[in-house]
Amino acid sequence: MFEQLVDGIFWDIALWVFAIGVLWRILSIFRVRNKPDYSVPRDSAIVGAIGTNLHRFMPRREMISRTRLQVVAGYLFHLGLFALLVFAAPHVLFIEAQTGLGWTPMPYWAFIVAAQLAFIGLMLLWFHRIMHPVTRLISDADDHIAAILTFIVMLTGCMALIEEFNGLRVLHRFTVELWLVYFPFSRLMHAFMFIPSRAFTGAWFGRRGVKA
Amino acid sequence: MSDNLERGLEAMRGQMDTSVMSYMSTCVHCGICADACLFYTETGDARYTPIYKTEPLRKLWRQEYTFWGKLAASMGLTKKLTEQDLADWEELVYDGCTMCSRCSLVCPVGIDIAYMIRKVKEGLSAAGYSPGDLVEAGKRAVEIGSPMGVTLKTLEATIRVQEKETGLKVPLDVEGADYLCLLSSGEIAGFPEFIGSLAKIFKATGVSWTISSDYFEATNTGVQLGNSKMAATLVERVVAAAEKLKVKYVISPECGHAYSTIRWDAPNFIGRPLPFKVVHIMELLDELRSDGRLKTEGFAEEKLSYHDPCNAGRRGGVLDQPRNLMNMVAPDFVELPETGAMNWCCGGGGGVSSNERANELRLKVFSAKKRQLDAVNIEGLVTACSNCRHMLEDGLEENEMYDVELLGITELIADHLVEEGG
Repeated sequence: MFEQLVDGIFWDIALWVFAIGVLWRILSIFRVRNKPDYSVPRDSAIVGAIGTNLHRFMPRREMISRTRLQVVAGYLFHLGLFALLVFAAPHVLFIEAQTGLGWTPMPYWAFIVAAQLAFIGLMLLWFHRIMHPVTRLISDADDHIAAILTFIVMLTGCMALIEEFNGLRVLHRFTVELWLVYFPFSRLMHAFMFIPSRAFTGAWFGRRGVKA
Repeated sequence: MSDNLERGLEAMRGQMDTSVMSYMSTCVHCGICADACLFYTETGDARYTPIYKTEPLRKLWRQEYTFWGKLAASMGLTKKLTEQDLADWEELVYDGCTMCSRCSLVCPVGIDIAYMIRKVKEGLSAAGYSPGDLVEAGKRAVEIGSPMGVTLKTLEATIRVQEKETGLKVPLDVEGADYLCLLSSGEIAGFPEFIGSLAKIFKATGVSWTISSDYFEATNTGVQLGNSKMAATLVERVVAAAEKLKVKYVISPECGHAYSTIRWDAPNFIGRPLPFKVVHIMELLDELRSDGRLKTEGFAEEKLSYHDPCNAGRRGGVLDQPRNLMNMVAPDFVELPETGAMNWCCGGGGGVSSNERANELRLKVFSAKKRQLDAVNIEGLVTACSNCRHMLEDGLEENEMYDVELLGITELIADHLVEEGG
């Protein structure tokens, strides 16, 4: 019964909540509009917006020594998670079954490496969050819920590799559904919103001729 | 709800735009901005984390613009933004932030944190939570025309001294001049030789310029306070003076925030494009250099470096011009470590210098600048902002760094000028 719900109506609801929620959230942000800028630009805002979207993937030279941990852990987590999400064999098969689109999955050993990197990254970031005075001060419940939920999704995903226990696969899918439902109402939205945020800042500085 | 709080909330609601909503939805609370802020790096106090300074705005956004916030508020489960919150954030925002924007350049998700702190100031200012010194400076700016109370008589007396020293006329109220030069009160009171230097350079290069007796102040206390209405009033005075004298250009003097305000923010305060072009004095000098009109001779004997004023450089885009000018008179000048757009603030921008309450903190965080200076072992530090110069003077004195001489870039150029017939 639970398995049928998770594979059926729960999955559909989660996907709809995710899709409509994300769309609604983005539209509600863009509905407000920025005031027009009457100053005469020195350089192109568009070039600035694109440039900042690219530059911010790497920390500024001046910041490397002070932010090494967050940057390295951030990359380990995000790249590991991306590899798991897109190239894990069960995910590739699932996407192929749903959409007809398939690609070569990564081998089992690569899955293990990606999972380990993602776990290490996520745990480092979370330990930093709860231990460093700055992140401890500025973090709120949403930060912790998002991190713990993501951790549980990854953990159940690894457990689901033991394919003889279908219950573990169902558990993983259920946690993914919870994650999808939580996503649009949370800071997980940064996965989409970092692009316009970088663009706004890049455009602002770009008009002034500053590479941001 | 008190009237103060209501005014503060209303002012902050008026600041919610797409950028703010996007930034609020993007911040992952990584804390990297703290490592770019001299108030955090030099004190180790986590409360100075730049994004934490936007907390009143974030609380308002959360409770009025998000699903969970609205839901929690409707069920009485959320702790609403209170007047005490605004009172508690006054010191963080006005004493512990120079609006230098260094944090805005390092946020990995691209949040312009200074942009949001500026918006928090609007709320605090409307609610009556701004430093008394800054409020008084604002009153003087509106009533007298100068935040320091510098009157036209003072300016005229200063001009007379400079005319005597240079033997050149400083043109006042010349209708039809190409350039209207604004001055900061700090320059008139502290570095009047800037006016004489302009007279020398403009005479040698044939620039037609003037100063307006109607309005000559370059700084805008409304920006420092976070009072857009006051900022617009002061901008309108510049516009009126420029229109009366029918000038084509307005020169922002050696003052970072004056430039950033009149060049980039002023049209938005008054809701229309400016009827003139704005140039920073360094932009104009560099243009004269590239046109071959500005010629210098000889080189500075001291080992020099250059301090980028945050509002002219990082927030204004005037980064190459001072280096071109430095190369004319000090080709071997050394760059500070972490220079250009990532230079460390002098500690007195954003109105901090006008806020006596912040003096102790300002001098404490000067250690960031001291570290930069210690790394290059120079004899002279050149800058292009009179406020930075005052702050650097204070910091050097506090740290007994008497061997470093402070110089303004315009004076440096004027000292090496090839004068007419030279």
